[in-house]
Amino acid sequence: MTAVGEMILMKGNEAIAEAAVRAGCRFFAGYPITPQNEIPEYMSRRLWEVGGVFIQAESEVSAINMLYGASGAGARCMTSSSSPGISLKQEGISYIAGAELPAVIVNMTRGGPGLGGIQPSQSDYFQATKGGGHGDYRLIVLTPATIQEMVDLTQLAFDLADKYRNPVMILGDAVLGQAMEPVEFRNKPVEEIPPKPWATTGWDGSRPRNIINSLYLQPEELEKHNLKLQAKYKEIEKNEKRWDTVNLRDAEVALVSFGTTARICRSAMEKARAEGIKAGIIRPITAWPFPDQPFEDALKLGIKKFLVVEMNYGQMLEDVKLAVNGRGEVAFYGRAGGMMPTPAAILDELRKLVGRGNR
Amino acid sequence: MQVVYQRPKSLTDVPTHYCPGCTHGIIHRLVAEVIDELGVQSKTIGVAPVGCAVLAYNYFNVDMHEASHGRAPSVATGIKRVLPDRVVFTYQGDGDLASIGTAEIVHAATRGEKITVIFVNNAIYGMTGGQMAPTTLVGQPATTAPGGRKVERAGYPVRVAEMLSTLNGPAYIARVTVTDPGNVVKAKRAIKKAFQTQLDGKGFSLVEVLSTCPTNWGMPPAEAIKWLNENMIKYYPLGEFVGGEEAKSE
Amino acid sequence: MAKRVVFDEDRCKGCELCVQACPKHIIRMAEDRINAKGFHPATVTDEDQEKCISCAFCARMCPDVVISVYRDEGRK
Repeated sequence: MTAVGEMILMKGNEAIAEAAVRAGCRFFAGYPITPQNEIPEYMSRRLWEVGGVFIQAESEVSAINMLYGASGAGARCMTSSSSPGISLKQEGISYIAGAELPAVIVNMTRGGPGLGGIQPSQSDYFQATKGGGHGDYRLIVLTPATIQEMVDLTQLAFDLADKYRNPVMILGDAVLGQAMEPVEFRNKPVEEIPPKPWATTGWDGSRPRNIINSLYLQPEELEKHNLKLQAKYKEIEKNEKRWDTVNLRDAEVALVSFGTTARICRSAMEKARAEGIKAGIIRPITAWPFPDQPFEDALKLGIKKFLVVEMNYGQMLEDVKLAVNGRGEVAFYGRAGGMMPTPAAILDELRKLVGRGNR
Repeated sequence: MQVVYQRPKSLTDVPTHYCPGCTHGIIHRLVAEVIDELGVQSKTIGVAPVGCAVLAYNYFNVDMHEASHGRAPSVATGIKRVLPDRVVFTYQGDGDLASIGTAEIVHAATRGEKITVIFVNNAIYGMTGGQMAPTTLVGQPATTAPGGRKVERAGYPVRVAEMLSTLNGPAYIARVTVTDPGNVVKAKRAIKKAFQTQLDGKGFSLVEVLSTCPTNWGMPPAEAIKWLNENMIKYYPLGEFVGGEEAKSE
Repeated sequence: MAKRVVFDEDRCKGCELCVQACPKHIIRMAEDRINAKGFHPATVTDEDQEKCISCAFCARMCPDVVISVYRDEGRK
């Protein structure tokens, strides 16, 4: 096993699986779907080595419900899939959120809608952040841009899930899943996970009987439960917004992008700077709670133009518009369906937005 | 005075919401009696379905987990794999197990998950008001099969016990009923055998219990029992399909 | 005489399965009263307690655990 601090070249899917095992994950249920198959494949070998359980479920629906059970019984658990499979999991995710259970769900987004394609996209942002499943719940959504960041955020995902008793999604894409990059597993493998007195481990009289449930037939009770959930989400919004910024201090225009697209924007930004366009980047690392602070900061610095770049047709765009709230111009460039924006195309949009530059 | 019969400890004293004469009450009692007799109350976890028994977590005096419709076998799989030394059971109706949950029950059975499934077959959808179930008999009326189930429109009812017994994963499968005290005793014996199968680590166990639904069949409880005896048993024969005495002697 | 069969009357839903089950035919639905749920509860008269053989068929059929059954000491 790789020692802490050692560098190893790994495929993204395998790295996230290894990171989960080190974070204390001891139950994984999943189903094959491209482009994330290496995750269940890796888990099918690795989890048994640490006394965990791997199950290839008969469907993504069954897998999320196995997680619902395993989490209720007190284990750190994870499932992974890609877009159509994540659609199947939505009811289960709503149940997990409603029952206040921790779980980690990995989406290696592919082209959609429907069966779509197997190349990367970011078309599941709405699904991840605006519900997906039914009811007033929220999913903590982490959006790594590199495999290293994905590894680091995996540990965070399990910790946040346990801390808030809420499901957490790691929203990746086919690039992050399939690419190979050097990674370092910076954290010591978790030996002991936090205690879970609410878990269904068998009622021996030493505590009240535990019931894992999201059913409240009396509307007064359901409202009370919902208010409790809403208070929790306010806490998460207060404490867990994460983002990164590059070159904003003297910028005249900010690129806004997440995940793999943010790396493409980095190339575009460098090209822009080379021809005198002062571009910077705002990169949300949590899609929910969405970070509004960097937009306040940017506006204060005098930045009035924002170019949102995504591998979809305008999803995070809406959150950016809400954050900017009419105080600046928000433009959009996106490509999806498995096609990726190029630095040249993004540069072109930047030129249009600032109204100058070499053509 | 010697106690001959009293409320089992593994049943709470919460009055149930089930209709008068509904056999859910009898089956709940039998499961609780078995849990008591096997001495496993403190290590049992039950998984409740969506259906009339959705509130089962109020009646079984053990840790409970509410599942979404049809997914109880998967939820139970998660619990049992994480806590293999506990006793995990699901309690499911015919819509839950034989309709939306068909994939889940087949795969839990074929994976040989060491869980015990109590399958309540009353040939109708109870909770939602009497729609046709996959187990509704040909000619039996239901709100979505007015005039009775027609083969040309809705095909044939499914025999779950027989179907699952074609798989290698199950270690005990039986079909019983609770229409009279003699059958109640036999049903309890089968349920106990099913739980014992789990305790012995032998594999997947399921007991299908032919049950009445007086309300949605539109008859008083005693008549519903008569209807079951006259109509359901010939399509759903009673017996042990896997792990019974005959199988042992092979 | 201590009762051999005791009915927790307020739990009874009037389904009458116990009436059918009793081999001594001593269970009746009480016509002179209704319980908190509005049903005529199942009951055995004091005189008929003598006829009870403590077989517990009634308790085994009752879906609502209304019935507790006892046996005289020293009686098989």
